[in-house]
Amino acid sequence: MNHTRKVVISSAKNFLAHTPGLVRYGSKPIREIDNNPNTLQTIKEHSRGFTDAVSYPPNQVYIGGISVDNLAKTKQPWYSLKDNYSPKQPYGLIISEEEFITRMSMLDKFNLITLEKNFSNTVKDKLLKNGNFTESKVKNIDDGVSLEDINEELSKNIGSLPLNLENGSLIGYVKRAHDLDQSLTAEVMLENLACKVAAVSAVWDLLKDNEIDPHSIDYVINSGEEAVGDRYQRGGGNLAKAIAEDSDCINASGSDTKAFCCGPNHAIMMGSALISSGIYNKVLVVGGCSLTKLGMKYQGHVMKDMPILEDVLAGSAILLEPDNNESPIIRLDSIGKHSVKAGGSQAKILEELVSKPLKSLNLKFENIDKYATELHNPEVTEPSGSGNVPLLNYKLISALAVRKGEINKSEMEKFVEKHGMPGFSPTQGHIASAIPFMPHAIDGITNGKYDKVMFLAKGSLFLGRMTEMSDGLSFIIQSNT
Amino acid sequence: MELKGKKVIALGERDGIQGDTIAKAAESAGAEVVLQVTHCFV
Repeated sequence: MNHTRKVVISSAKNFLAHTPGLVRYGSKPIREIDNNPNTLQTIKEHSRGFTDAVSYPPNQVYIGGISVDNLAKTKQPWYSLKDNYSPKQPYGLIISEEEFITRMSMLDKFNLITLEKNFSNTVKDKLLKNGNFTESKVKNIDDGVSLEDINEELSKNIGSLPLNLENGSLIGYVKRAHDLDQSLTAEVMLENLACKVAAVSAVWDLLKDNEIDPHSIDYVINSGEEAVGDRYQRGGGNLAKAIAEDSDCINASGSDTKAFCCGPNHAIMMGSALISSGIYNKVLVVGGCSLTKLGMKYQGHVMKDMPILEDVLAGSAILLEPDNNESPIIRLDSIGKHSVKAGGSQAKILEELVSKPLKSLNLKFENIDKYATELHNPEVTEPSGSGNVPLLNYKLISALAVRKGEINKSEMEKFVEKHGMPGFSPTQGHIASAIPFMPHAIDGITNGKYDKVMFLAKGSLFLGRMTEMSDGLSFIIQSNT
Repeated sequence: MELKGKKVIALGERDGIQGDTIAKAAESAGAEVVLQVTHCFV
């Protein structure tokens, strides 16, 4: 294949919002609360505070306060560790529920969010004092109404949802955007607005920390799993352009690339192609949160008397540019594609995503320093019997290396330890698939710790009931030498 | 286990063995697969 330009991944940021008060609006909690209203109290009793969420080791790995190697050496239960960490780290930041809801109000163009007056005044003062937001942005935050007005709105039973903090205090509500449209209910509005805000927050952090002019961004590709649109075009999309607007990327357009959990990998491939072809110079690949996945495994956590760990919303932003002779290069000549004819067995999927790309570059399995795959935090999934997803994938990759005669069966465990990593990502759908490692990989490759990292992600297309197939896509990034 | 003549429900997992793979194995052993599903647990 003849590429006109090499493409680098120049920077990436991860974002978390700790939102225990929104756990009740996750899909699983909503259904269980409907079945048994006492569930809401159970969820509250198993919530954790902001400081605990910040000090939680997997969250710190996500934002760059702890390395994956150090997490691998850290004994579980991780949630019992309360070391003091900053919510702002080199690879991203964690914000509180108060600030996240405030940011939702700040970026709400249709008055969907109404805040309580005292809460609004307090957060506005705080944001102006900390200097992270301009006065014009703070002005966009809802001025708020009285608690009585909020209770009156909620008592009408017209679909508005209360917004409570972890301590139970009522600080506002979100309303539906149409009285009959099932695509514009308050639940859907909350989900989509949260997704937009998580993605925008990751972009803000990326642009600010790297001193990148937002006006220099040409195109934004959103890779999230939300469905933005009304009754006539459910999932019509282009949240990307809304994210570009709110990120002051005024010269950018955008579009969404959807492929379940492997959406971000597809988006990175497509963004790279836009740069390689010379169409654009700076492309941002973004992904917002999956609010519906809050508390997805809460029952396992409650059963084991753990805090509910799925209390964070995640976002990601990744910047692609033409070669700058410094940042990791994405190898567009070895994209691993799971074709329709490949079939659904794990062996076939990994053959397409791992073996073929390696073979095309004359590389061995051992030549990849780290494989970033499904990085779901096992402490979230194991209590509910969903297993250790990253470990399972690493075992399969090592088994394939054995089948190819590149390592001995006795070396599998060592291979997994050396080339894998513990899962550290929140179970936020597309966010958890490979890309949480991107800031680690950029840093590691730039500083000589790694030479090559493979990103491989899988998508469960069968969940939409249009096909029985899975999907997957992989790519390799390597040092710029 | 003798699967010949038995009815089988094949429950697969995306990151493990998928439903259609289990179904094919069961059918090749003479079982009748009455349902095959693949789940995603994340």
